[in-house]
Amino acid sequence: MSIEIRMPALSPTMEKGTLAKWLIKEGDTIAAGDVIAEIETDKATMEVEAADEGKVGKLAVAAGTADVPVGTVIAVLLEEGEAGVASPSTAPSLPRKRESSAEEKVDSRLRGNDEQKKSAPILPSAPTPQPTVPAAHDDARIFASPLARRIAKQSGIDLNTLEGSGPGGRVVKRDLEGKAPLARPQVAATAATAVAPATVYGPADAPHEEVKLSTMRKVIAERLSESKRTVPHFYMTVDVQMDHLLAARKDINEAEGLKLSVNDFIIKALAIALKRAPEANVQFAGDKLYRYSRADVSVAVAIDGGLITPIIRGADTKGLIEISNEMRALAEKARAGKLMPEDYKGGTISLSNLGMYGIKDFEAVINPPQAAILAVGAAEQRAVIKDGQIAPATVMSATLSVDHRAIDGAIGAKLLTAFKALIENPARLAL
Amino acid sequence: MTEQSFDLIVIGGGPGGYVAAIRAAQLGLKTAVIERELLGGICLNWGCIPTKALLRSSEAYHIMTHASAYGLKADNVSFDIAKIVERSRKVAKQLNGGVTMLLKKNKVTVIEGHARLATAGKVTVDKKDGKKETVAAKNIILATGARARELPHLKADGKLIWTYRHAMTPDMMPKSILVVGSGAIGIEFASFYRDLGAEVTVVEMLDRVLPVEDEEISAFAQKAFVKQGMKILTSANVKELKPGKADVTAVVETKDGKTQEIKVERVILAIGITGNVEDLGLEAAGVKVEKGHVVTNQWGETNVKGVWAIGDLTGAPWLAHKASHEGVIAVEKIAGVKDVHPLDKGNIPGCTYCRPQVASVGMTEAKAKAAGREIKVGRFPFIGNGKAIALGEPEGFIKTVFDAKTGELLGAHMIGAEVTELIHSYTLARTLETTEAELMHTVFPHPTLSEMLHESVLDAYGRALHI
Repeated sequence: MSIEIRMPALSPTMEKGTLAKWLIKEGDTIAAGDVIAEIETDKATMEVEAADEGKVGKLAVAAGTADVPVGTVIAVLLEEGEAGVASPSTAPSLPRKRESSAEEKVDSRLRGNDEQKKSAPILPSAPTPQPTVPAAHDDARIFASPLARRIAKQSGIDLNTLEGSGPGGRVVKRDLEGKAPLARPQVAATAATAVAPATVYGPADAPHEEVKLSTMRKVIAERLSESKRTVPHFYMTVDVQMDHLLAARKDINEAEGLKLSVNDFIIKALAIALKRAPEANVQFAGDKLYRYSRADVSVAVAIDGGLITPIIRGADTKGLIEISNEMRALAEKARAGKLMPEDYKGGTISLSNLGMYGIKDFEAVINPPQAAILAVGAAEQRAVIKDGQIAPATVMSATLSVDHRAIDGAIGAKLLTAFKALIENPARLAL
Repeated sequence: MTEQSFDLIVIGGGPGGYVAAIRAAQLGLKTAVIERELLGGICLNWGCIPTKALLRSSEAYHIMTHASAYGLKADNVSFDIAKIVERSRKVAKQLNGGVTMLLKKNKVTVIEGHARLATAGKVTVDKKDGKKETVAAKNIILATGARARELPHLKADGKLIWTYRHAMTPDMMPKSILVVGSGAIGIEFASFYRDLGAEVTVVEMLDRVLPVEDEEISAFAQKAFVKQGMKILTSANVKELKPGKADVTAVVETKDGKTQEIKVERVILAIGITGNVEDLGLEAAGVKVEKGHVVTNQWGETNVKGVWAIGDLTGAPWLAHKASHEGVIAVEKIAGVKDVHPLDKGNIPGCTYCRPQVASVGMTEAKAKAAGREIKVGRFPFIGNGKAIALGEPEGFIKTVFDAKTGELLGAHMIGAEVTELIHSYTLARTLETTEAELMHTVFPHPTLSEMLHESVLDAYGRALHI
């Protein structure tokens, strides 16, 4: 008697799910409790365990199949001695003694759902908080005639960009006629070939002059357009009380005769926070993530005609004096246009501080290929609630822009919380 | 009398018109067909179908006279031309009844009579019963077909000088025939009468028979016909036909510029066809006509709104299946069906039912070259095919022309037994835009003639297995 394994309801509201991956194959012998598949819902990816033992007779739903309704037979288990592969059927099977007792046992473990009785229930294991893999739309079937496919391939035309005029929208030869091949995707766009905005408008009806874009302007335009176009940004803001930090800074500067800036403290705090939330020290790279073990902070420096982001590498391990000296040297070099590529190439997170301009808070555009940027505003006197009383405090708003492909909300929050704690308790920066 | 009104009126009930009417009825249009003679048109009553019946008789006769080749004995084999014609007429009649039934089943109104366009959206009919009627429709499809062309010095009299129409209902079996023109119609009659034993001479103005076919096919066909005993004069012109009492003397100017006289019992004129554009009210309605054919756009629309034209009336290729297809396209356009595509004339197959048969689709080798294509050509002979040999039909070959760069099947040309039943595979391949790769991957059943379709493709890429 074969046992049908059905698509489980992994949450009370789940109606369908994506069978992301099979961890078993036809012919495998499995035991109850073995993880057999990964199923994605709109919320999470979960592992599914077998509730019964047996030999896998048939995988009825292919890995990668999306929108499989709950209750659909996804696999068939053969019991010992069973040879044939019973095709999954909806015909009621004759319940057998052993089977029903097994079911009772399982049902008590799982849920008393009558509809589940004929199938071998499967247990969802604890949801693993891993990101749902976006459906691979690129793999969607393209309807095109063999000849159209070949001509497209030969002339470097992307079939995805064509509107098919054949039956059912099939791309046929005539759809390719007169189509210019697409430019090869630029692997590393150079400044000279900055991607033009999708639409370039003429000037408004107002007196104007034309200013030719500088190389830097072109790079900024290209990189940030790309970022906003392709990186799914989301933002989170915390208010940080600065009084302790400002007091500590004043104390250190006066006692030691130094000129540490608030920004030097923020660089260090951000770097240490990144070490405390290492899942946020990452970079999205298509089918993989790069996870960094060093916190390199790119610091935005405004210069004539644009901005540039020199890097304080391993800022978490550097003392404030070192950071301060390095930052001052880099900023000077930047303004003089003397930064070397190694001064600004790389970085694992960015910091943009507009506090000196009195900006309260703002959202920065992620600097690809990095996955986050912290935008800090001015430290200003605000009314806060302390012990139930309205009290004045120096508060700074810090907004983290995050690449959701690489970093989820909880991780971003972890980073920001660590950052806030370090700023509000500056003694910890000495750790 | 109240005027009948329709969504669509089709003038002419041939393979273009009646198919258009059925499609229109399927799409919910209230449709009428006006036919002045017989439903099914020339194709069914005086063309494709009755000639196929005749050719079946001559083919059977040919096999009977060659029975010994199959180990059979058939002595004193003979035929009765009247009976052959009778069978042919019976076949036509049966199908004519079939079309009548189909139109009835689809609730298409059939009006018998001669129609003329009146004002916009109106048609007047001189009905067979002598009455006159005016019918109205927003859209009118002209599908009046075509007829044999005549030239001032080449006119049929129906007695000694025939058109196809007389040739398919002969009152006697001529001992000698001169066929003027070696297109599909001329060659089919030449083949029919030759197989029944007549002395047949074919005069072709151009330098080869079946001039629309690939040159290799023409050459092969000519050789086969000559071997069968036909006389073929290419690059020759019939200057004059002088009818006598029971024969005709033809004055023929040959290739070398000399003139010769050929005396035959009958002459068949097959020098092309011309559209039935007369007495249709086209001038009054302002429908544009050029060189005997109504001018249309790719959907069959004429220059007059609401007036459409399809089939032979609109020009070459003069083929029933082209007419039917154009009818469907025009009707779907009228009914607002989405995704209607114009007919790709490169995908219309042509078939000639002479012995050996000829069939083709797409470009000839010469045309592909003229179009600047770099090509690969495959050929496979019947002699290399088991089924062909078993059938006793080792004559013929299948030729394929591919675009060397893209693998597009540009054209296919075949000659030999039953090739008219094979060409559709290549037509399908062209319509689906397959390349040589899909054709090579296709499994063709053994033993069949269709294996040659495969082998010809393989040969184009130097991979033929049985040669």
